[in-house]
Amino acid sequence: MSEKSNSPRHSLSQRLFLFLGSMDLAITLLLALAVASIIGTVLQQNQPYTDYVIKFGPFWFEVFEAAGLYDVYSALWFLAILCLLVLSTSVCVIRNTPSMLKDMFNLRTQVQEKSLRAMHHSQQWDTENNLKDSVAYVEATLDAQGFRVKQTPKDGGAVLISAMRGGMNRLGYIFTHLAIIIICLGGLLDSNLFLKFAEWQGKISIETRDIPTSEIPNESRLAVGYQAFRGSINIPEGRSAQVAFLAMKDGYLLQELPFRVEVKDFRIEHYATGQPKSFESDLVVYDDDLEKPLEQMIAVNHPLLYKGYAIYQASFSDGGTGLNLEAWPLDKQAGNETVSFDTRVFDSRKMHWGDETVQLEMTAFRPFNINPDPTDDDPERLRNFGPSFGFKIRSNTGEAKEYLNYMLPVPRNGRDFYLSGVRNSPAEEFGYLYLPLDADGELVGFQRFLSTLHDSEKIEQVAQTMMLETLESLDGKRDETLEQSLKQTLNSLVKMFMRGGFVEVSDFIETNIPETEKETLGPAYLSMLREMLARLYFMQASDVPSTEQEADAQLVFLQDAVDAIGSLSRYGSPVYLELTDYDHVEASGLQIARSPGKPIVYLGCALLIVGVFVLFYLPQRRLWIRVNEINGRVNLLLAGMSNRNPREFDQYFEKITQHLKLASGNSSK
Amino acid sequence: MTNNIGILNNEPSRPIEQWLWRGLIFIAAALLIVRYFDVLDSYELSITVFTAACLAFLGQNWPGFRRHIIIVSALSFFAIQLYGDDLGIGKTNFFLSFILASQSAFMWMSALFVMATFAYFSGLLLRSPFTEKVGTVLTWSATTMGVVGLMVRWRESYLISPDVGHIPVSNLYEVFILFAVITALLYLFYERRYQTRSLGGFVLLVISASVAFQLWYTFEKQAHEIQPLVPALQSYWMKIHVPANFVGYGAFAMAAMIGVAYLFKSWRQEINPKGLLATSLPDLSIMDDLMYKAIALGFAFFTVATVLGALWAAEAWGGYWSWDPKETWALIVWLNYAAWLHMRMTKGWNGKPMAWWAIIGLFVTLFAFIGVNMFLSGLHSYGTL
Ligand code: HEM
Repeated sequence: MSEKSNSPRHSLSQRLFLFLGSMDLAITLLLALAVASIIGTVLQQNQPYTDYVIKFGPFWFEVFEAAGLYDVYSALWFLAILCLLVLSTSVCVIRNTPSMLKDMFNLRTQVQEKSLRAMHHSQQWDTENNLKDSVAYVEATLDAQGFRVKQTPKDGGAVLISAMRGGMNRLGYIFTHLAIIIICLGGLLDSNLFLKFAEWQGKISIETRDIPTSEIPNESRLAVGYQAFRGSINIPEGRSAQVAFLAMKDGYLLQELPFRVEVKDFRIEHYATGQPKSFESDLVVYDDDLEKPLEQMIAVNHPLLYKGYAIYQASFSDGGTGLNLEAWPLDKQAGNETVSFDTRVFDSRKMHWGDETVQLEMTAFRPFNINPDPTDDDPERLRNFGPSFGFKIRSNTGEAKEYLNYMLPVPRNGRDFYLSGVRNSPAEEFGYLYLPLDADGELVGFQRFLSTLHDSEKIEQVAQTMMLETLESLDGKRDETLEQSLKQTLNSLVKMFMRGGFVEVSDFIETNIPETEKETLGPAYLSMLREMLARLYFMQASDVPSTEQEADAQLVFLQDAVDAIGSLSRYGSPVYLELTDYDHVEASGLQIARSPGKPIVYLGCALLIVGVFVLFYLPQRRLWIRVNEINGRVNLLLAGMSNRNPREFDQYFEKITQHLKLASGNSSK
Repeated sequence: MTNNIGILNNEPSRPIEQWLWRGLIFIAAALLIVRYFDVLDSYELSITVFTAACLAFLGQNWPGFRRHIIIVSALSFFAIQLYGDDLGIGKTNFFLSFILASQSAFMWMSALFVMATFAYFSGLLLRSPFTEKVGTVLTWSATTMGVVGLMVRWRESYLISPDVGHIPVSNLYEVFILFAVITALLYLFYERRYQTRSLGGFVLLVISASVAFQLWYTFEKQAHEIQPLVPALQSYWMKIHVPANFVGYGAFAMAAMIGVAYLFKSWRQEINPKGLLATSLPDLSIMDDLMYKAIALGFAFFTVATVLGALWAAEAWGGYWSWDPKETWALIVWLNYAAWLHMRMTKGWNGKPMAWWAIIGLFVTLFAFIGVNMFLSGLHSYGTL
């Protein structure tokens, strides 16, 4: 064959055939596939397209998209390499199989004496036995060693005994290479290639909007059929669905199912240490073909198989937990009353904030939070934060701040606080607001203090007293302008503080006070502000401390409250939401798949494994013994070859030679 | 031709020894099955039978392995008896806390492997067969302690709580020990077969490196603590998928280290054919052959492991192939060695380029083994469940 391949007179198709079956191409393709596969592991696949835009910028985003890098493994060029490999392997198998099959059975009875002598493994010796006996014991010996044996009479009364063991080795080649083809074909059947093709033809279109299932247009729906797919769906407890969503590019398609799946219950079991032990769903399958609905529990590693569909436990999420909330006003415009209302996770509602209307979107709920304390230096220290819920407050312009409130108070330096995280975008870490709890362990104390600070009359009143006391302590002479200006200052210090915390006050000092007076006035302003805040606090504090300890506790509370209020402007929400009760509803994340190619792939895998072991560990060994009678002496010429493990064969050949020599010696006695 | 024969010293054991061994394994397996018949499910029954068959097969011509299995069984039983039902005894009992508790056994294993590495290299450099033999003994001892440690750890996990109990092949820490042990066993097998102790240091080098990593992992990350299994790992596929993978990794690692020795020798031969390394290391052709053997073995087991992984994925993730990074890297490793084998078998390449390629192969394998866990995210990191 190799001689022919050099001939220039081959037709184009013959040359193509030779090229496809060439080893160089095969090795190149194996390595090319390996390198191509790397790309898909380095660049995370099938992420939302907006993430890629952010990561690469608009230009490279386009370039990478054109190259199909967001879904390498179904990119055209990748499939082309794969197809070439299959083609090349097929050609190779087609070309080699006939000769291999022949080699499996052919005992090579035509070998010339000359070639036997020329073989790498070759021995000869004389024996006392006659020719017939010699042939008989050689055959018996080789037979006992597991060889297939055949004798052929040769010229001059000589006999050639051809023997072979491990002819199956050749089957190993056929199996392994056939397996590659079979696996790839089976895999092709299960790929989403057909969908891509249909999309390219314009028969289906990918839906990118977040809309209710019923509104999804027909061209984004796939009817029940035999095609392969892998989709997913979240079903809240007590609800059911008859579709699955297939993620495609930057959107999805809707796959209809021939049955309805209901999630009766979803459970998470925990180990004693708190780590999750199992995720399980109780499913009910409704199908007209069933006499009664099929009930089965599924868990990770234990899917439900029905009608060629497999339903897997893949994830879980919130299924619209009912939340009873209380909104504590933080901002003056939010009023002074706490308001109770009920909502659900994933609901959104309008909220009036002064003249502005904002959108309150409930996003998440978790019944337990055993987390590292974000304020603790030791990340190993875990703490129970109780239930948590997340929400977003979206302004008219569409910008949203994201919040995360924990419902168990968290101790910090011996005092209890409610923790509320806030951030401006998902890329940021949460910053935390610490709301101090009063002596009764409630927010009421903080709330009362806060509403006092919102009360202009009270501030006025306190400013008046403080102004008078201050001037009195100076020398007592009344000065109308000084009075007004001091009162105004005190008043506006508090207002400034309420607007932007200590930061705003410092900014004011920095920008509005002449450089020469900054040294003295700056600290004076700050201490005046503190004094004002303290007076306002004690003015409203209901319980007069009876012990020194209580008095200290009040001072500490005051400090905590002032810290919290100082950071309210950055917190950005007009209310603090407190969870008073909840009705937990979970959703089970199911993966639903149909893979008609699976049995084919498994068959290929079995062939591959058998083939590989046969190829490596079942060497094909051939022996020839030519028994010759020359001048009355019987001479044995032994030759052998093996297509694998030459070293072992060296040893084996040596041994079999000894064996035969010994046998001939013995029999001669 | 004839001068190669002395190299192969793989005389089969006498039939009486073989039958004694097979009988012993049969009795042990039968006792186990009879004693625990009520609690074993069909999977566990078949895995017991399969394991027994493997042990019987491996031990029939390999006296060292027979000894190893017997000692491991005895020590493990002893440790389990000492433990009884109380994990706390591990801290107070002398034998447990200093020798047999899994953590102590692993420390012994680590120390012995490092000592073995030194012994092999000293033997090579001093041309002292005795020192090399010490290396072999140390390697066997280290392997024994490693396997005992794994066995005892298995039991310890059940002592923590029955629902926490699992075979110790479930996290990076445990599989590192598995890697060290399997690589050592593979090496010991070929050492006996080819009578070449001079390669010991090279192979043990990679084992020592893994031991070093594992020690760092223990002290820096407290990784040795037994953790309960996350739901995704609660599958019987894990118990066969992981060990099959590590036969592959171990064999590839060994091939690479033989590649290193090969390059060393051919380099020294050019410079100083009479020098120490040039004469002490085995023939180039032997190393070439060994490299092929190791890669073929690794390839076969890696194929099995990948197929098992696909079967498992079909059950756990809803598809036998998801192009998850770990999966994809397994494919890359596999393709790489497939190309290597073709180069050698059909293009007849051998020698230095193949040695280099085997070494590069180790880095590819290493990335699939550790790099993926460290740098890439995917289903194997169990991010969602
Ligand atoms: C993914 C694709 C392939 C895999 C996994 C594969 C696997 C193997 C394996 C494991 C061997 C045995 C090597 C050894 O004994 O050391 C082998 C041998 C061989 N392969 Fe492939 N192969 C593939 C593709 C191809 C292709 C495309 C060709 C054709 C050009 C080819 C031609 C051969 C030949 C001629 C042999 C030698 C058989 C012998 O002499 O026993 N292989 N292959």
